[in-house]
Amino acid sequence: MQSAVNRIALQSILYKEVHRFMRIWVQTLVPPAITISLYFVIFGSLIGSRIGEMGGIDYMSFIVPGLIMMSVITNSYSNVASSFFSAKWQRNVEEMLVAPVPNWVIVAGYVGGGMIRGMLVGLSVTIVSLLFVDLQIHNIWVIIATVCLTSAVFALGGLINAIFANSFDDISIIPTFILTPLTYLGGVFYSISLLPEFWQGVSQINPIVYMVNAFRYGFLGISDVSLTVAFSVLITFIIVLYTIAMTLISKGIGLRS
Amino acid sequence: MQYALEISHLEKVYKGGFHALKGIDLKVEKGDFFALLGPNGAGKSTTIGIITSLVNKTKGEVKVFGHNIDQQLEQAKTFLGLVPQEFNFNQFESLLTILINQAGYYGVNRKLALERAEKQLKQLELWDKRNDSARMLSGGMKRRLMIARALMHNPQVLILDEPTAGVDIELRRSMWDFLRELNQQGITIILTTHYLEEAEMLCRNIAIIDNGVIVENTDMKSLLATLDIETVILDIKTDSAKAKLNGFVVRQIDDHTLEIDVKKCQSLNQMFSQLTEQGIEVVSMRNKSNRLEELFVRLVNKGSNASANVEAVGAN
Repeated sequence: MQSAVNRIALQSILYKEVHRFMRIWVQTLVPPAITISLYFVIFGSLIGSRIGEMGGIDYMSFIVPGLIMMSVITNSYSNVASSFFSAKWQRNVEEMLVAPVPNWVIVAGYVGGGMIRGMLVGLSVTIVSLLFVDLQIHNIWVIIATVCLTSAVFALGGLINAIFANSFDDISIIPTFILTPLTYLGGVFYSISLLPEFWQGVSQINPIVYMVNAFRYGFLGISDVSLTVAFSVLITFIIVLYTIAMTLISKGIGLRS
Repeated sequence: MQYALEISHLEKVYKGGFHALKGIDLKVEKGDFFALLGPNGAGKSTTIGIITSLVNKTKGEVKVFGHNIDQQLEQAKTFLGLVPQEFNFNQFESLLTILINQAGYYGVNRKLALERAEKQLKQLELWDKRNDSARMLSGGMKRRLMIARALMHNPQVLILDEPTAGVDIELRRSMWDFLRELNQQGITIILTTHYLEEAEMLCRNIAIIDNGVIVENTDMKSLLATLDIETVILDIKTDSAKAKLNGFVVRQIDDHTLEIDVKKCQSLNQMFSQLTEQGIEVVSMRNKSNRLEELFVRLVNKGSNASANVEAVGAN
């Protein structure tokens, strides 16, 4: 009985979340495709043709997985951060708080919404990339697993950000000052094996390196890191961030007086 | 006796040390129409917030139909419907979406939710607006939408925190009828309001809260029976200065208006017969204030004086 109630509640939150970003698809789904197209044109066609190959792969093909992953990361994060903060700000989060919705359903609903947007944007960017490169797939299951786990990690991150946020400025600080630099330094545009040894070591503490490389392995069959390590990092992040999100919501931090 | 709500020794201390509730006890019977009154900042919304789990309590116990919110929060929540003081729906969603989503949070499937949404929106005269964005609604319509939303899961207890604030008198009266009808169907209603005539007309039992303490908790009839003086205002044709009433306290407001205190032991006939003897013709008569309002002001003032005395003693 309770499981049926939880299932309907989860469906309602997911429906609400998907409906929200689909209603404003011009703002949510189109811009990433345009931005990534510009990356393909500038870094791929114009500059990439002068770079040649990277890791034995044509540069344009090399950057495609990283660019897809970059859009998945930013969209899954920003979807949950802005949606949950808006719900707090308009106080319609109270609709869920007064209802018998278990906290895990709230977390799963919002994270699921963020993952769906991240994956839809990833799919649209993949389709755009087909205009520029002949995309190969080395292992579809690695691609699916990586995109699901990565979008879950960043959706959880966005949720935690929104819980702590007190203003709309607070939900743009982390993407601007942490997420974007980590993504750019996460091996999207280069192989970390090209870096001096010291910076290769530093790159090991950047979680995005593992996500980008696992994803790249799924497409191209090459990676700077072991897949086992990459998936372990992803699963560890999910467990830690989920625990933090659940604790914050259970205690009512940022939600209850 | 089955209680819809039982509150024992409830305390709330906010961050910063503000003691909003100082150990209140309250019981609301099943099927009651209950008024929770108090001045601004008295602790009404904090109490409602704790019952509905929007505010964390500091101490005490709350039970909804016997379900303790500490151990059986989710079961307790299924009984409750909340109409909060401030609009808290997504202003960019349509009315139907808001209602169907809310029903979903209580496990009501979309098909059934759609049927209930149609029923509620038609009853509250919002059906024509069902596909409009909520931000396009007038203030009164938004209030009705909040009531419709609170009823989507067929709650046993409906808590209304100032539901008629800012609503015109015509709409307010139609909302009163609607609430009476819900109560007759067996729904327990807990109402907070600043319109005391609203509480007097609708509610059977009442609690008055002031400074985080319940200063009165009784049935409406008993409370009104404690009112020993009513003040009436008379508009008269002749010069009001001529009026002399033995046994009544009379104040002259202007040349044609008198304010008269009538004790419970006195009758209006005595007053009118004296006026008639003096040839004073009364054009109209009205109460200076609502009876409950008189009592409310007295109780709240008494509470304030008592706390002031306690603080003064503490200071010594």
